[in-house]
Amino acid sequence: MCGIVGLLIKNEILRPQIGKLMLPMLIGMTERGPDSAGLAIFGSAAKDNERKISLYTFDPEFIWKKLSDDFLDHLGSDVHLQQVANHAVMTTTLDVNLVKIWLKEHYPSVHILSVGQLMEVYKDVGTPAQVAQRYGFEGMSGTHLIAHTRMATESAVTPEGAHPFTAGEDWGLVHNGSFSNPNSIRRMLAHKGINCVTDNDTEAACRFLEWRMREGDDLEAALHAGFEELDGFFTLLMGTKDQLALVRDPFACKPAVVAEHDDYVAIASEYRSLAHLPDVKNANIYEPKPEELYIWKV
Amino acid sequence: MESLDLEKMSVRDINQYLHKTLPGTDVTELEIINPTGEHNIAVGMDTECTIDVRGHAGYYLGGMNKKANITVHGNVGNGVAENMMSGSVHVKGFASASAGATGHGGTLVIDGDTGLRCGISMKGIDIVVGGSIGNFSGFMAQAGRMVVCGDAGEGLGDSLYEAVIYVKGTIKSLGADAQLEPMTETDHKALKELLDFAGFDHDPKEFKRVASAKQLYNWNADANQEY
Repeated sequence: MCGIVGLLIKNEILRPQIGKLMLPMLIGMTERGPDSAGLAIFGSAAKDNERKISLYTFDPEFIWKKLSDDFLDHLGSDVHLQQVANHAVMTTTLDVNLVKIWLKEHYPSVHILSVGQLMEVYKDVGTPAQVAQRYGFEGMSGTHLIAHTRMATESAVTPEGAHPFTAGEDWGLVHNGSFSNPNSIRRMLAHKGINCVTDNDTEAACRFLEWRMREGDDLEAALHAGFEELDGFFTLLMGTKDQLALVRDPFACKPAVVAEHDDYVAIASEYRSLAHLPDVKNANIYEPKPEELYIWKV
Repeated sequence: MESLDLEKMSVRDINQYLHKTLPGTDVTELEIINPTGEHNIAVGMDTECTIDVRGHAGYYLGGMNKKANITVHGNVGNGVAENMMSGSVHVKGFASASAGATGHGGTLVIDGDTGLRCGISMKGIDIVVGGSIGNFSGFMAQAGRMVVCGDAGEGLGDSLYEAVIYVKGTIKSLGADAQLEPMTETDHKALKELLDFAGFDHDPKEFKRVASAKQLYNWNADANQEY
């Protein structure tokens, strides 16, 4: 099943409350996805020469201070780590590929969830309410976000199997549905040097779309390539540094409802997750049509 | 009028009231407020009454309805009035996929658009849609009538049996074995009654009739699986 949630705040006054506004939306999708949850939020920007890297570790005893000390020792560069439970957001001026290699060599238990100037990712197993509390979703501030509640069908219930999935920089995706050809997509991408880190179908789709965009496609062209290559059913909600985008498969197998208000654009799998938004009765509520790309800019 | 508040009662409480308590009272008019997109509101109604749902509802509203006349002052999710036996459901907004699916009788009116698979496998229900309907609507519809005042999507009426579909706007494509047929006086009369019931002001003469070509009724060994 799975539930998807998206929120883009147009009214600047409400941006510090994005987490608070989103929380009932996410919890409203618990029945659709009780086993894991996650979100990608586009909040405060790192400086032009900095990148934010969202990190996660399985190790409950992990000492993040040691990681930042070693980072300075080995790489000669100061690093800022903002820890939340077993996640941390690293802000660094170093080249991201260098950091990836360093982490893989010295801290193989630390996984990279996302890279970007704006985007931070938090995801884990547990009910949406538990995950939201663990990572303090309610207090988050930002312009827009995508979030997900998971009922696993295609791969194991693990933190890295939770959504959102990310690829490249400031690009994330949540998915309701399933793909039937992720293995051939993964093989095709592997030949191009793009490797998936999980056996999750959504990750393969995410990396496929990011690869298309890196090859020069805009989002619309990438999704059209996706319609050709990705076999399955889906409602995909995507976040970039300044937009949210939504697309449903040609059969519209999976639901989505949009509420466009002067203050915000909210997206959810079902209306019950939109019902408690402020002044939603004055929002324009509609169902996205199959195969049409919807884009909302910050 | 009896008012039931979904902010204060659960859907189960409300449905148990409607099934168990209501028949013993003289209440004939009810409203359900704050539906907030909840599923299964007023399903299986077996008591004559009118119910006004004030707001947007979730999936399966009025499913299996037998005796109630339900009006939703908002939108509904999937499967509104699915398997309705008789009575009526009127949605003032739009409906998601599978509106009126497998309905045996009664009338479903939707003022706005519907999603995909409207009237799938309908078995005698009448469905009147003020707006447009999504792809694959009327699939394997066995009996009843569907009226579409707007446009129809792809694959309309695929594998139809005896149900008849009237469309005012454009039809993106017809499904297998569905065909356009000339409108008769009987069609105009039936259509007028349905439009009047729904309160829609359209000229029946502007509608097209879609019905089964009945080429799939019997197995044709020579068709070589090409239909």
